[in-house]
Parts: sequence; structure tokens; C-alpha cells
Amino acid sequence: MTATAIHNTIDAVWRIESAKLIAGLTRIVRDVGLAEDLAQEALVAALEQWPESGVPEKPGAWLMATAKHRALDLLRRKQMLDRKHEQLGRELEALERTVPDWNTALDDDIGDDLLRLMFIVCHPVLSSEARVALTLRLLGGLTTDEIARAFLVSETTIAQRIVRAKRTLAREHIPFEVPRGKELPLRLSSVLGAIYLIFNEGYSATAGDDWMRPALCEDALRLGRILAELVPQEAEVHGLVALMEIQASRAAARTGPEGRPVLLLDQDRARWDRLLIRRGLAALERASALGSERGPYTLQASIAACHARAPVAEETDWKRIVELYDALARIMPSPIVELNRAVAVSMASGPDAALELVDALTTEPSLKGYHLLPSVRGDLLAKLGRFDEARAECERAASMTRNAREQELLLARAREFAARSAVSDK
Amino acid sequence: MRFLCLYKPVKKEGTPPTHEDMAEMGKFVEEMMKSGKLLATEGCLPSERGARVRLANGKFNVVDGPFAEAKELIAGFALLQTESKEEAIELSKRFLKVAGDGETEVRQVYDPGDFDQGVAPCGERTANA
Repeated sequence: MTATAIHNTIDAVWRIESAKLIAGLTRIVRDVGLAEDLAQEALVAALEQWPESGVPEKPGAWLMATAKHRALDLLRRKQMLDRKHEQLGRELEALERTVPDWNTALDDDIGDDLLRLMFIVCHPVLSSEARVALTLRLLGGLTTDEIARAFLVSETTIAQRIVRAKRTLAREHIPFEVPRGKELPLRLSSVLGAIYLIFNEGYSATAGDDWMRPALCEDALRLGRILAELVPQEAEVHGLVALMEIQASRAAARTGPEGRPVLLLDQDRARWDRLLIRRGLAALERASALGSERGPYTLQASIAACHARAPVAEETDWKRIVELYDALARIMPSPIVELNRAVAVSMASGPDAALELVDALTTEPSLKGYHLLPSVRGDLLAKLGRFDEARAECERAASMTRNAREQELLLARAREFAARSAVSDK
Repeated sequence: MRFLCLYKPVKKEGTPPTHEDMAEMGKFVEEMMKSGKLLATEGCLPSERGARVRLANGKFNVVDGPFAEAKELIAGFALLQTESKEEAIELSKRFLKVAGDGETEVRQVYDPGDFDQGVAPCGERTANA
């Protein structure tokens, strides 16, 4: 193998093994930051040795053994150090108890460790930005640089965010465990939230020149699929996976010539990815079979499924979508859900009823900077033939978004409405 | 990116797998599912249950199995979603270790979900949550 080929193989092995490696090591050293350092050291050792020795038979086991070795050295040094301080005797005892546990810890089901790792990096003690960065870094196997590029912030910012997050977890003594009982739903929703945040940033970037950052969608989908295998009894996990699979199925159809955006109802449905739709609908079925009451992700997935099931846009079951939004608004009342519901109402019952709902939202303080409010309002006004007001709303929406692609589209619509307004004035 | 992995074993077809083989493969597939990288996988029954359908100069020719060739008979497939070809190769190696001697043809597939220059329409999230 050439040096490049070896390097690419090591890269591939790292993609496959890093999360399991870090999870297994965290279980042993009980410190996410230290575990990652050890895993990185093993990677460096591989980069040094494999070009000479060749790729080992079981590369994952090699990395784990190497990292374990370093961990052992570290613990021994710590023990020696501790011996000098009698007051640390108790810690030493604890460490000694850790060592015999070593091999069983490694042989244990890695799935449990991965799950613990997901829960710890998404712990509510961390900010949502920190959860996202740590999840991508430790579970997604992304480099700091890759995360920084995905979120259009500097590498230093992401690096600091990750360092601070690790410190917080250590300082707060957050245990490496799967939460139980009453704590579980809350903690799980924090994990699901982080994954969906990653997906959404990939699906509809909040800033920048591109509308989608495909790699982020794929990372989120993969994490969701892993989680669904680890906690198959949780309906909302399948709900989230279903939602992401179905949304991702439209990726190719969302772009027209020259990268122009294509609205859902205008998309060429032949370009929707049938495999992802099938996977999404299957995940939705699993979610429905598990839960008596549908949670917010399952409901949103059910809405997405209504679109996926319609062979052409005209056959969309808008009445059903309105019902699903009603249900969603009941369990997760929010102005954004209301706005979405209004769009469905406009399709099911016409723009008049919808405009009434949207007008009621214009005084909502939390939507003050939300560009989709004037965007939706502009659409409804245009449908009612009030083109001049529609143009003004689209222009306002364009001035509120930070995404260049979205701005272009909104301004194009504003121009279109201006032209139609001129025609209707004649 | 997505890869279609076609497995062609050396072993003569029709040799039923042992319980141990089945268990080991079951465990491997489960692990692959847990990696989030396996999109679909199936194993084939012996070729005597299948057929080859050919079109030549506008004329169809259907040949029922079993197919004579000992080698190059597809015994199963996996559809993987990975970051690189190397990753698909690495996973194929692991599969072969469990499945036994043979060859896996790794082919990148056209992927409408490759999001190449994807652009999200404004308002879409509104229209479908």
C-alpha cells in the first residue's frame, strides 16, 4: 500500500471505530476529555506505526489495546503520585478497584457505552451549542476544523467550546450512565434535540451561501439510526429518525438548475429518494406501534409522511395535516407550530382563514426576528391578490434572513409580486 | 456516499450455513445496524430459485436457474452509506471475515441523496414542519 492509501485506510478505520473507542475509554477513565486524548494518542500511534507494520488484522482492537495501554500507564503514574499524598488514599483505593474491572469493561457490550456517551455529551448542564459540537466531535468522529466549517465559525471558537464543555462535565461530576426513571425522558429529549439541531443546520442552513450542508444531514441521520438501535423501545427516537429520513429523501429535488431552491409543492417527486422514504415510513410505523400518545417528533414525521405518500402535490391530504398540526400544537404549543399550522390551513380551507391565524402571530414577541413569518404572510396576501402588501412582506423577510440563497429567493418573489401588482393596477 | 456491495462466495451454492455461521452473521449485521451505516442488506437463495432474463436484438431469452458457473454467483448484497470508498472497503473486509472466502464487489451508486449542490427552498420548513 502507498502512504496515501494507508492514510486513507487509517482515516476509514477512525471513522468506524472512534466513537466506540472513546465510549469504551470513558467507561474506564470516567472522563470524556481524557478518553478522547487517549483515543487520539492511539490514532497518532497508528499513523506512526501502520505505514511500517501494515494495517493490523483487527484495527479496532489494536487501537483499543494501544489506548488502554496508555490509560494504564497514566493510572499507574497517578497512583505513584497519590502514594506521596496520604490524604488521597481513598482515591487510590478507588483506582485499584478500577483496574481489575479493566478487561470486563472492554469486553462488555459497546452499545451500552455508546449510549452512555450520547447521554453525557448531550447533558443539559451544557449549552445546546456545546452539546452539538461535542456530539459531532466524539460521536460523529469529525475534526474540530470540520465542525467549524459546517457551522461557519472559527476553528478556535469550536475548539474552545469543546474544551469548556469537557471541563464542565468533569467539574460537575456528570456520571457516565444511562439515566433511569423520571430523568430518562428529559435526558433523551436533550439527545434528540442535539441530533435534530445538527440535521436542521444541514438541511436549512441558518447562514452562509449554501442552503444545505449535506454532510451534517448525513451525520445526524447516522447518529439517529445508531440511537434507534440502542434504545429501540423509545417511540420518539424512531419518530425523529422517521422525520429525518423523510426530509432527507427530498434533498435532490430541493434544488433546481443553478442551485436554485425548489419549494416542496413544486418539487419533482420522481427525484425523491424512495429508499429513504421507505426507511422513514418504516421508522414511523415502529414509533406508532410503541407509543399510545404520539410525541412531537412522531407527529412531525407523520406530517412529513403525508407529503411522502402523495404521488403528486395536488393529492396531499391537507385536512389530515391540519389535524396533525392541531395535535402538535396541543403537546408542543409554540408560535412556530402555529405558523406552520396556518400554512396547512391555507391549503385545506383557503388563504382567508390562514391569514387570520398569521395576523394573530404578528404581535408575538418570539417571532419578531423570524423571517418566515413575513414570508408566509406575503404568500397568503399574494394568494388573496393583495400583491403590493405581499411584495412588502417578502422584502421585509429578505432583510431578516442571514442566508444568501434564501434572500435571493425572497427578493425574486418580491419582484414577481411587484410586477403582478402593476398589472392588476392597470 | 453510497456503496452497493455484492458478495460472491467461493463456497458452492446450496451449502446450508451452520447454526454458528448464522449466529455469527446475525451478530455482525446487528453491529452494522448499530453503526448506522448499513441501509439495506439481503441474502440470496440458491440460483435454482432464480432466472436470468436477457434482451438481445429485441428478443427476450429467459433461462431458469441453477446457473452453471461455480464462481461469480451473487449470494447477497449490502447497501452502505459511508464517508469514503476506503470505509466501504474496510467494512467489506469485516463482512468477508464473517461470511468466508470469496469476493465482494464494491460499487459506488448514484445517490440522489448526495445533496451535491442541494438548496433548500425558503418556506419549505414552514410548509411541512
